[in-house]
Amino acid sequence: MNEINNLALLSTLIAATLSAGTPLLLAGLGLLVNERAGVVNLGAEGMMLLAAVAGFALALATGSDVLALAGGALAGALAALLFGVFAIYLNTNQYATGLALSLLGGGLSAFVGIDYVSRNLPRLPLTGIPWLSDLPWFGPALFRQHWAVYLALLLALLIGVFLQRSRAGLALRAVGESPESAHALGLPVRRVRLAAVCFGGACCGLAGAYLSVIYTPMWVEGMVAGRGWIALALTPFATWRASRVVIGAYLFGGVTLLQFHLQSIGVEISSALLSMLPYLATILVLALISRNPVWIQRNMPASLGRPFTPGQ
Amino acid sequence: MLNALSRRALLAALLATAVALAGCGSKDDAKKADEKKAEAVKPDPLKIGFIYVGPTGDAGWTFAHDNARKAVEQEFGDRVKTSFVESVPEGPDSERVVRDLVGQGNKLIFGTTFGYMETMLKVAEETKGVRFEHATGYKSAENMRTYDSRTYEGAYLVGVIAGKMTKSNKLGVVASVPIPEVLRNINAFTLGAQSVNPKVTTRVVWINKWFDPGKEREGAVALMDQGADVLMQNTDSTAVVQAANEKGKFAFGWDSDMSKFAPEAHLASAIINWAPYYKKAVREALDGGWKTEHNWWGLKEGAIDVVALSDKLPAEVKALVEARKQGIKDGSFVIWRGPIVDQAGKVMLAKDQVAEDKWMHDIKWYVKGVQGAVPK
Repeated sequence: MNEINNLALLSTLIAATLSAGTPLLLAGLGLLVNERAGVVNLGAEGMMLLAAVAGFALALATGSDVLALAGGALAGALAALLFGVFAIYLNTNQYATGLALSLLGGGLSAFVGIDYVSRNLPRLPLTGIPWLSDLPWFGPALFRQHWAVYLALLLALLIGVFLQRSRAGLALRAVGESPESAHALGLPVRRVRLAAVCFGGACCGLAGAYLSVIYTPMWVEGMVAGRGWIALALTPFATWRASRVVIGAYLFGGVTLLQFHLQSIGVEISSALLSMLPYLATILVLALISRNPVWIQRNMPASLGRPFTPGQ
Repeated sequence: MLNALSRRALLAALLATAVALAGCGSKDDAKKADEKKAEAVKPDPLKIGFIYVGPTGDAGWTFAHDNARKAVEQEFGDRVKTSFVESVPEGPDSERVVRDLVGQGNKLIFGTTFGYMETMLKVAEETKGVRFEHATGYKSAENMRTYDSRTYEGAYLVGVIAGKMTKSNKLGVVASVPIPEVLRNINAFTLGAQSVNPKVTTRVVWINKWFDPGKEREGAVALMDQGADVLMQNTDSTAVVQAANEKGKFAFGWDSDMSKFAPEAHLASAIINWAPYYKKAVREALDGGWKTEHNWWGLKEGAIDVVALSDKLPAEVKALVEARKQGIKDGSFVIWRGPIVDQAGKVMLAKDQVAEDKWMHDIKWYVKGVQGAVPK
């Protein structure tokens, strides 16, 4: 009896971790790509909020989750484009511009979203992967999820391969390591950076739309509730590696869930402590990698946050 | 010397021109002034300022306050003139907003969140001609008083429904932050359920936030996974009722009517209505009788209600809720009547003793039947 219960609890935890980790994973991957190109975009929270309201509006109008997520990605990419024009072409301070985008996104999404507050979106039934989701034990937990969960994992794989194994990925990394050298080699540094930033925005947009359309089907001001910041903490935690972003996203997503499930079965644990765990873990990892020059050299983009103007 | 003289001459010339211009205008203005005098027989409207912690479109806390502001406008018409500032963060920054509202000539100012307490108190002590109304706080002054609502009454009534409707005898609460108000609501909910079903137990999940739809949802899911089949929330979004709807369990709306978010799961909503208090406060400011008080309003004053009862509730349950509601209103029924014991069985309120407000404000423990420990 007890074992069956434990199995059921574990199964629920796995399923919940997968769905809670997905927005963090999507946003984290996008931010990884634009940081690898040497640009820090602190506007993740704002882009996610804008995408959340755009995705929700589209889902309400069309009833299609595909269109909603695509619209969210587009909204995120557009917001990132705005950031990119300022930070990359006008050489504004990346951190300040990113913060501005984060505030703008919060305010603008609230303004645009007024009419969508307290509107109801039907939750989409989960079909999952046929056959696999009928497997015993963890079959349903692992395979009866929204397709966006698998899209995020696929994206992680593709980005990992792209960055480490492809020529284009090498070019992108070169732009992040040493824009001067990349420029000397004839790479269009600023265009590569802008493309990477827009990709990052699109991923954050997917994450935001996932939250408002699939995870908690509703729109309320500020509903992203700090997940953009956790995604930003993910990239240093993952030492700028796609595979470790996956681990970090599920870890951070899982930790927040675990505290609720522990509380519900009566294990007493300080929820305030658990809430700060993601940030604590990131600081710890940063402290660790800063003591290890090899790790930093290999993965942290050397020109992260530094603007670049060709010909200077 | 010469320079100073010519400057003075210039000033004099300008002044003369201005006087001449004003003189010309004054004849035309005379008529207008007469019209104005006719209007002025009515006193100037009382200017009332509201400070909100969130946006008026939050569908929850601030939305409810703004509805009450509109009710005040409707009730008093052109005797009042209201304005509001929204999304003002708690803490020191709010002082600037309070001072702004004073500067604009507002004579009655409502601050609608706990975190304005210190700044309002500070400004109140400096501007004696203005009256301040502060929600959910405990500090007051000669020209500043507090108001709050007895949310536990709503929690108790939905508890009665929960006790009748549960099959597993396990109830769940998605709770925000462990302060006395929330602990009081959890206890009232449990007492309400126990009053009709002694076998029930309540399990609480704390999410440490007032508003985070994702966490509220996960907290609700965790409770339902452990067998809870009726949920209450003391958080702000509609995620809990929606999660219950998905899982085929029951839940209650909180602060506002949430029935349309969960047509299957929603059993009733415990709501706050600030309008009766705001009307009283404005009436006293207009007609006299305003004095420093700690107003804590509930069902009796129309500040709390349980609405949108589901068709799924049997008639006898509806009747029972109605009876208790009436009882609380006319004072024949008391929620906090001893014996009330805590988890360890310690008597917190002796048999037949009725709790005072002070006692309720100090609740930092769970009643028997709530499982788990109060977070430190």
